Amino acid sequence: MAQAIDTTHPRRMPDSPWTGRSIERVEDGALLTGRGRYIDDLGVAPGTLHAAILRSPHAHADILSIDASAALQLPGVVAVIVGADVMALSASLVVGVKAPVQCWPIAVDRVRYAGEPVAVVVASDRYRAEDALDLIEVRYAIRPAVVDPLAAIAPDAPLVHDGFPGNVASDRRFRYGDPEGVFASAPHSVSVSVRYPRNSCTPIETYGVVADYNPVEDAYDILANFQGPFSIHAVISRALKLPGNRVRLRTPPDSGGSFGVKQGVFPYIVLIAVASRVAGRPVKWIEDRLEHLSASNSATNRVITLAAAVEDDGRILALDWDQVEDCGAHLRAPEPATLYRMHGNMTGAYDIRHMAIRNRVIVTNKMPTGLNRGFGGPQIYFALERLVQRIAVELGRDPLDVIRRNLVPTGAFPYRTASGALLDSGDYVGALELGIRKGELAALQARRDAARAEGRLYGIGYAAVVEPSVSNMGYLSTVLTPAERRKAGPKNGAQATATVSIDPVGAVSVHVSSVPQGQGHRTVLSQVVADVFGVTPASVRVNTEVDTAKDAWSIASGNYSSRFAPAVAGTAKIAAERIAGRLRRIAAGLLNVEAQDIVFADGKVVSTSNPDNAIPFSRLAGLSHWSPGSLPDEVGQAIRETAFWTPPQLAAPDDEDHINSSLCHGFIFDICGVEVDRVTGATRIDRYVTTHDCGTILHPGMVDGQIRGGFGQAIGAALYEEFSYGADGSFLTGTFADYLVPTATEIPEPVILHMETPSPFTPLGAKGVGEGNCMSTPVCIANAVADAIGAADIELPLVPAKVAALIHGEERAAPEGLAAPARTPKAGERSLQGEGSAHVGVPPQTVWDMLLDPQTLKAVIPGCHSVEKVSDTHFRADVTLGIGPVKGRYRADVRLSDLDPPRAVTLSGAAEGGLGFGGGEGRITLTPDGKGGTTVSYVYEAAIGGKVASIGGRLLDGAARVIIGQFFLALARQAGGASAAGGLLSGLMLRLRALFGGRS
Amino acid sequence: MKPAAFDYVRVATQEEALEVLAREGADARVMAGGQSLMAMLNMRLARPRVLIDIMRVAQLDAIDARSDATVIGAGVRQAKLLAWDRLAERIPLVALALPWTGHVQTRSRGTICGSIAHADPSAEMPLCLTALDGHVHLRSRKKRRRVLARDYFTGMMTTARNDDEMIEAVSFPSLRGCGYGFREVARRHGDFAIVACAAIARPDGLRFAVGGVADKPEARDWPLLEGAALDDALNTFAYELDAGDDVHATARYRRELVRRIGRAVIEEAIACRG
Repeated sequence: MAQAIDTTHPRRMPDSPWTGRSIERVEDGALLTGRGRYIDDLGVAPGTLHAAILRSPHAHADILSIDASAALQLPGVVAVIVGADVMALSASLVVGVKAPVQCWPIAVDRVRYAGEPVAVVVASDRYRAEDALDLIEVRYAIRPAVVDPLAAIAPDAPLVHDGFPGNVASDRRFRYGDPEGVFASAPHSVSVSVRYPRNSCTPIETYGVVADYNPVEDAYDILANFQGPFSIHAVISRALKLPGNRVRLRTPPDSGGSFGVKQGVFPYIVLIAVASRVAGRPVKWIEDRLEHLSASNSATNRVITLAAAVEDDGRILALDWDQVEDCGAHLRAPEPATLYRMHGNMTGAYDIRHMAIRNRVIVTNKMPTGLNRGFGGPQIYFALERLVQRIAVELGRDPLDVIRRNLVPTGAFPYRTASGALLDSGDYVGALELGIRKGELAALQARRDAARAEGRLYGIGYAAVVEPSVSNMGYLSTVLTPAERRKAGPKNGAQATATVSIDPVGAVSVHVSSVPQGQGHRTVLSQVVADVFGVTPASVRVNTEVDTAKDAWSIASGNYSSRFAPAVAGTAKIAAERIAGRLRRIAAGLLNVEAQDIVFADGKVVSTSNPDNAIPFSRLAGLSHWSPGSLPDEVGQAIRETAFWTPPQLAAPDDEDHINSSLCHGFIFDICGVEVDRVTGATRIDRYVTTHDCGTILHPGMVDGQIRGGFGQAIGAALYEEFSYGADGSFLTGTFADYLVPTATEIPEPVILHMETPSPFTPLGAKGVGEGNCMSTPVCIANAVADAIGAADIELPLVPAKVAALIHGEERAAPEGLAAPARTPKAGERSLQGEGSAHVGVPPQTVWDMLLDPQTLKAVIPGCHSVEKVSDTHFRADVTLGIGPVKGRYRADVRLSDLDPPRAVTLSGAAEGGLGFGGGEGRITLTPDGKGGTTVSYVYEAAIGGKVASIGGRLLDGAARVIIGQFFLALARQAGGASAAGGLLSGLMLRLRALFGGRS
Repeated sequence: MKPAAFDYVRVATQEEALEVLAREGADARVMAGGQSLMAMLNMRLARPRVLIDIMRVAQLDAIDARSDATVIGAGVRQAKLLAWDRLAERIPLVALALPWTGHVQTRSRGTICGSIAHADPSAEMPLCLTALDGHVHLRSRKKRRRVLARDYFTGMMTTARNDDEMIEAVSFPSLRGCGYGFREVARRHGDFAIVACAAIARPDGLRFAVGGVADKPEARDWPLLEGAALDDALNTFAYELDAGDDVHATARYRRELVRRIGRAVIEEAIACRG
């Protein structure tokens, strides 16, 4: 197929007919016509079984027992795998720091976050597997959970892992230059304290694994939509207790997105591999959305206090960072990488020579963290760029002036930062001026002034960030002390691989282990290689599937740290050029010219001195196949070449903890104009300008696509998305109705501007692009909102209710006679409180007697299947409860205490079922009404968790009121019948408890 | 996220559906557009033994413009009503509110009566039916009855429908000389409303209804209030709704919106009445 040259994107590089143009993507035809080959679309071997995972409803609990006997009886169920099975057949996953802590892909004896796997059912199909989940009985003893990162490091906080004292996995201090001295002598000190929220990039396609254990060879064959880095392959094979050559890991041809998140599939690779070994058959598992939102991975939330020592003119002399990084329930590889990925870049785009850093990595009862687009950048830039804005406000200066004054100066590149990054190239001041000029800042400022004159809340924000790419595989060892590093041995570099091969008729194929997740690697590689051989991109076919048993790969392989354009594409160029060099020598002999006289153009190999002296590329390229004996001796073959490339600049951290954490550094300068609605507190983005320098641009359309994608996800982080947890660790955002991802209508069109300063360190001059707006945009919007409403403390996401609280002022009081509103729970708290009363037509003693009589309970509790009396004050019941169509079956356990017959009793209890659990306490008071009847008053406080809290949090409180109302209706009805009335009271609390788990 | 096993009955007539309901009662659930129920099935929140699909019953897919009311059958999809060329003339409030219900994709499947049956407290159609004092037409094998909206909605996803009954239609009364206002606040367009406000300005008074705050839509009738008296009434109503907190909004925010959006919507309704 001939490929038309897109005239809208004319040739940008003189020696590259194709690279640098926005040619059509070879990937799109299949994706747009429903022919994508995603993991769930691929056929599996006959006999493949399907897995479903039982997950903990509790954030923190000991597992007392797991009874899978009923599940195993279900037709079609082959196996149920629990923690003990996994322990027997695998080893703990590597933990990111040295500590006496284990990390299993399934809970062993104890659950540490809501959603943690507790059992895996393997059955003939997914429906039966999920049926079986409902039949597994797990008994838990709930432990107190710790959710907030600062609460986690407070004295006496519950411990998530006994091997992490104080919940701290790592506590390191760094010092560059003389921060103490500079802070002591600087005229100003400005600081911010910020919290960056938990969020994720939530790809459309969830995790998927197909694992097949071969008992004859003691080897696993695993297909998974894993995205790299393939250092994780070593983690997987170590966990499976096999050498890596017995763990074949393959990736499917297409991906429904990752954004880093699919690095986190690896614990499930181990889990499903073990399941396949136990079941003796291949096992397939596709994660569902609730599983993905609650238990795949998340970006880290972080608490940062950042101070700057500042001159009168706004010049920043020193920074002092205090970071508390919340990695959730397990410190999974490669964490705490989120914290250290940016270590060389803690001064951002600024020339700041003195810096102190304290980094604490802590654990909490939340989903474990892992890779996510931006990886560490959103967190640090939220603090740093908020700080820059605060410096401007506190010194009464224009924020742009503060930014400009501190940027790394033009001409200073390559520039070594205080903490060791080598900023490869750039013109930050030039890019800033470009953004101001072409982004039409003056017009935006006039717009703001006009809006403010009308009394509207309008603000402008800025952000200047350095976007690192091509991670140094050694940066994580910065978490170790220099002494520990010396013991562990060196880690550094970023080995990229590419293979170019030519078939007998001259058709060119390329393979890389870059595992694209929709970006278009195949298209760009076809451009790069086509340029080397003088052929069309359409004639070059690229395969990006990875098979660790057959392909060239290294620990750095995979799709992360924006490494494709700077590292992988350049490595493909190197491989192609090596073959081209050999072909040139063969052609020189055939055409009787010097090798340097040969060029590749238009499908021919031509002598530059005599264009008629030429040979078709296909014929020349085929010679290594058809006539190897005729090749010049020193050439060898020109059939296949695998190139490995790692940049020498990526050295290991030195003894002073300097680390060049990334090879390339792009620059972004953003301008944002927002208006905040005075009534709703909603933030409307009026204009967004993002100026990028990502080095040489290989495909302008894809670069803009990456910027748009990152920008869209940043809009989510800024305005909508947050994983919310209750105080008890309940996960509250288990559907896309509660975890709000912006849709096309919520994402404004950004103005994208470019400048290109090629990287001197990469083969093509390209740098990474695509993560940057996840770093720059959330804080740029926050700065604009801060400017609009004049607030200092801005929290993401900018939920309208939160913003409204900053602008609405004091609330109007309730009218006389209306009860003051109930206590407002803390954000994210999932605690129900309530009170009420009802009248029954029997005296208190009758009610009291019945309250203690279990015999009547079963008859009077709607949906009650059985009641068991454990003691006079302890009952167990099996009930079905629900609201409307929502029904669930629960085991309820109720105890009576503080008995004050016949006046008052406290009921405490818990209920647990497939939809969740509830627990709480209620005090019931019986007061004679003087006419032979009784007024029954109650107050209760309860907490609900599990699946129902994750997917139906919006309706929980209302549902509870419905159930309570239903109970009292029944009570009043029964009161006339006298004998059952007392039982109903117990029934109330039973229903209440169970109910707390039973509504949506 | 696979439903528990159930029997699927696709009925050809309403009578057939009523037979199944009479036999299965609470174990059966009528499915129309499935936009709420299917998700609940997949998450195993709902586990009916029998699912009765009524969307092939032609007689239910009818919009009947009677002199006193507009009657919308149980098979009428939201998209169909929204596209009906007499909607703005017949039920102006629904014409204002229906575009807020979900998205084009969900409206093309979801039905008006399905939304009433589901009784989500933040849904727009229950709010409109309550605001307009419309009726729910229930039918069992043995009898038909009409229930006023305010009696039909009894709480969170809970209604006065008996287990052997199905909704065969809802009716919105024809009002004359009224102005209407509707607005809701959600985090994104199409999300469950944090607060939804509907106002009807009659010649002799106001009717104001709020969804998304209490367990069900709540309405109030007021004389033609204005100024501070209107603010007072809105403030009292805002507190009476007993708002709660969730991950999207606080109780205080909801009260604030009832006061502020409520006032704007009422003023809009009065202005529309002319």
